[in-house]
Amino acid sequence: MIGRVHSIESFGTVDGPGVRLVVFLQGCPMRCQYCHNPDTWEFGKGTEMSVGQIMGLYEKNRAFYNKGGITVTGGEPLMQIGFVTELFAAAARRGIHTCLDTSGITFRQERAEVVDAFDRLMAVTDLVMLDIKHIDPEGHKMLTGQELEPVMNFARYLDERAIPVWIRHVVVPGITYEQGELYRLGQFIGTLHNVKALDVLPYHDMGKIKYRNLELNYPLEDVKPLSKEEALSARQVILSGIRDVRHAH
Amino acid sequence: MKNEWRTFNSGVWEREINVRDFIQKNYTPYDGDDTFLAGPTQNTRDLWDQVLDLSRQEREAGGVLDMDTKIISTITSHKAGYLNKDKETIVGFQTDKPFKRSLQPYGGIRMAEKACADNGYQVDPEISEFFTKHRKTHNAGVFDVYTPEMRACRSSHIITGLPDAYGRGRIIGDYRRIALYGVDRLIEDKEEQKATTRSTMYSHIIRDREELSEQIRALKELKELGNIYGCDISKPATDVKEAIQWTYFGYLAAVKEQNGAAMSLGRTSTFIDIYAHRDLEEGRYTEEQIQEFVDHFIMKLRLVKFARTPEYNALFSGDPTWVTESIGGVGIDGRHMVTKMSYRYLHTLQNLGTAPEPNLTVLWSTRLPENFKRFCAKTSIESSSVQYENDDLMRVTHGDDYAIACCVSSMRIGKEMQFFGARANLAKCLLYAINGGVDEVSKKQVGPKYRPITSEYLDYDEVMDRYHDMMQWLAGVYVNSLNIIHYMHDKYCYEKLQMALHDHKVTRWFATGIAGLSVVADSLSAIKYAKVKVIRDENGIATDYEVEGDFPKYGNDDDRVDQIAVDIVHTFMNYVKRNHCYRDGIPTTSILTITSNVVYGKATGSTPDGRKGGQAFAPGANPMHRRDTHGAVASLASVAKLPFKDAQDGISNTFSIIPGALGKEDQLFMGDIDVELECGVDKACSIPNLMEGMDRD
Repeated sequence: MIGRVHSIESFGTVDGPGVRLVVFLQGCPMRCQYCHNPDTWEFGKGTEMSVGQIMGLYEKNRAFYNKGGITVTGGEPLMQIGFVTELFAAAARRGIHTCLDTSGITFRQERAEVVDAFDRLMAVTDLVMLDIKHIDPEGHKMLTGQELEPVMNFARYLDERAIPVWIRHVVVPGITYEQGELYRLGQFIGTLHNVKALDVLPYHDMGKIKYRNLELNYPLEDVKPLSKEEALSARQVILSGIRDVRHAH
Repeated sequence: MKNEWRTFNSGVWEREINVRDFIQKNYTPYDGDDTFLAGPTQNTRDLWDQVLDLSRQEREAGGVLDMDTKIISTITSHKAGYLNKDKETIVGFQTDKPFKRSLQPYGGIRMAEKACADNGYQVDPEISEFFTKHRKTHNAGVFDVYTPEMRACRSSHIITGLPDAYGRGRIIGDYRRIALYGVDRLIEDKEEQKATTRSTMYSHIIRDREELSEQIRALKELKELGNIYGCDISKPATDVKEAIQWTYFGYLAAVKEQNGAAMSLGRTSTFIDIYAHRDLEEGRYTEEQIQEFVDHFIMKLRLVKFARTPEYNALFSGDPTWVTESIGGVGIDGRHMVTKMSYRYLHTLQNLGTAPEPNLTVLWSTRLPENFKRFCAKTSIESSSVQYENDDLMRVTHGDDYAIACCVSSMRIGKEMQFFGARANLAKCLLYAINGGVDEVSKKQVGPKYRPITSEYLDYDEVMDRYHDMMQWLAGVYVNSLNIIHYMHDKYCYEKLQMALHDHKVTRWFATGIAGLSVVADSLSAIKYAKVKVIRDENGIATDYEVEGDFPKYGNDDDRVDQIAVDIVHTFMNYVKRNHCYRDGIPTTSILTITSNVVYGKATGSTPDGRKGGQAFAPGANPMHRRDTHGAVASLASVAKLPFKDAQDGISNTFSIIPGALGKEDQLFMGDIDVELECGVDKACSIPNLMEGMDRD
């Protein structure tokens, strides 16, 4: 099967455990205002690569990856769910750890054929890094241009399936840095049983240059990057939400 | 058994000079972690403060604090020098005080004079006269013999960095022998070697006997050096402090005698650990005291300084001495060779702060103990000062008692030496192939007047054909220049002390080197896979190139271009091998210009890969800057394809990564997550770090 690949990072150290081959797929329906990879948005671009080619890249340098694995990110990898499923199936057959980095945006729990496709993918996925962009439905729509509901449903679905999850959340001043919302995010995470880690990322503006190169407007022109300390404190708020929910149960 | 050797396990090392056997029979592998390590003592802090202050003064003085202009440096030329005699546990400086650079004219008087003059000093006129009129130097000898072609190659920088005006270095004496056996036993051994040479006086027997006499003289001087500092090193060392001190005296004598481009230490840590282990067991010294000895030893190694010219420092991007010490590795019996002393050496980067010297080099194996790997990683992240070499690769040819000279040259200690041979600029050679031997910068006919390429666009097969001819020519001039250099170095600037710490019969590696490999690979790839248009000047000399279209670039794990790099190394090595090498030297090559890549690039015109004239080459075997776009593994994989058997003198890759990308800041955000969320054993809790995504662009 053929996928549309934006690029490949052979030494991924921040997209899952260990050293990983990271496949960035082309195309994304989200338009997150802080996105630092706007060059992965457009569909139909990128390089066509087969599952075999990507597995070949992995195999020839597998000595580097023996404590890591393969991560597929994007773009939104779920837009090419068939390809990802086939890639992960090939990896799983060889005992390679697979990690999906996604927003979960394409999940439709009411549509059986969609759930089927997700079931097939999850059968060969070892870890999902779920990026919850915004906990408030309105805020989510504003920030990403898409609904929050599929994301929440996907999170619950993963919980039911007991798929290990790392939650990621980018904290943007003025958008996702509001204490009450961070706390609510924590409360939601607290209801899940499959979350293995929480990764709170401070907003940075290093994607700006790409917008300029693509002749796109940078929506957060006036937003200052968040400091590490602020991200750390935001994390504490989320954790307190998790804690309160857990203790209540 | 000698009293100094009490408690040691016996072996053939008692009956013959054989440090390796001693180590193998006596060392204790250490699998634990770094918690046993001791911090710096007050004396160490005081001494290091003093060093920092002197370093500051040296910087403010323009790079040199003091130079000896009157006393020619020999093993015994200077009286004792100290930072603070009461606080130093390991003693000895090259001259009578720290930071004073010694005068070493045997490599070449003009270089010695210039090194002084450029720093505002003047060599005593009597010494200048003596070395001009009465005593020939290595440099003078070489230039008596060089052919016009060799001189032309040298000044056009197609052969560069030749050790024809300074010490060749790269020889590692087995300084440990002094500690294990004492100098008297070593002299006895050399006397016996001299007594058993053949008696028909062929010229090589004459040379052999003369060299052995020189070596014996050097060993006697070495004993005297010990006396100058109040130590009797005629006998073996009795404890760890003496073992370090005796070993250091050997190294010190070497740097007093030679200012080689790389003066490496060897592989001492596991050897020294045997003494430390005994002293700890017998309660002679505490861990803190032993770390203090090590700190003071390393401090001394950091203070090795030579008188050099600004051009030399430009070539090497600084004032390097390449005091390389090889640490760790695995023995051929399968036991790893990491000891507590391996940790203590690396720990000096913490106790004294980071420094490029000594060049602490970990002989890496997948079979090193996990704790040590972690400690190395931690030390690397904190200091950016650790070099790694592939022990699994080198152990096959060099066994388990080899060390690294300079940055990558491996040799069995005391059994193999190397003739250092700088490097040939293969990027320039490619331009010569295109221009029929005319230098693209000076426009002079330097190489043979082969037919130049005249087409508007370069044709791969035609270029390769010409390039092969030109490489063959270059290898010939290059090796023969080196033959002259090493003949003269042996004759006028013989490393008698270092060779005294070798076996009688040594293997001599005849080292050559390659500069500009990634430029060549990318250039040939551009010619093959894109279109390269030649821009010529009014005389028809190609001076620039226009690349039309994209092409595979070395550093992306793409066989189309990586194979070109592999073939070039293999081909050039074969051309080198076709030549006679001085003193039965075994030819090798290296791809390692870690620092001089800038200067080589400066002297090389535009190349068909789109690199503009004067732009720096990539260091060593590195891909060209910013052309490796598929991440570190792909970049490393390209380099790893280069054949070690064709570049046995070493392949270097300078690897930088922002600490965040290695996950250092994990700690920051680990927080209490594992308590709260029951992190499993599937290591999913090693949270990606805070800087995620920043370096993805």
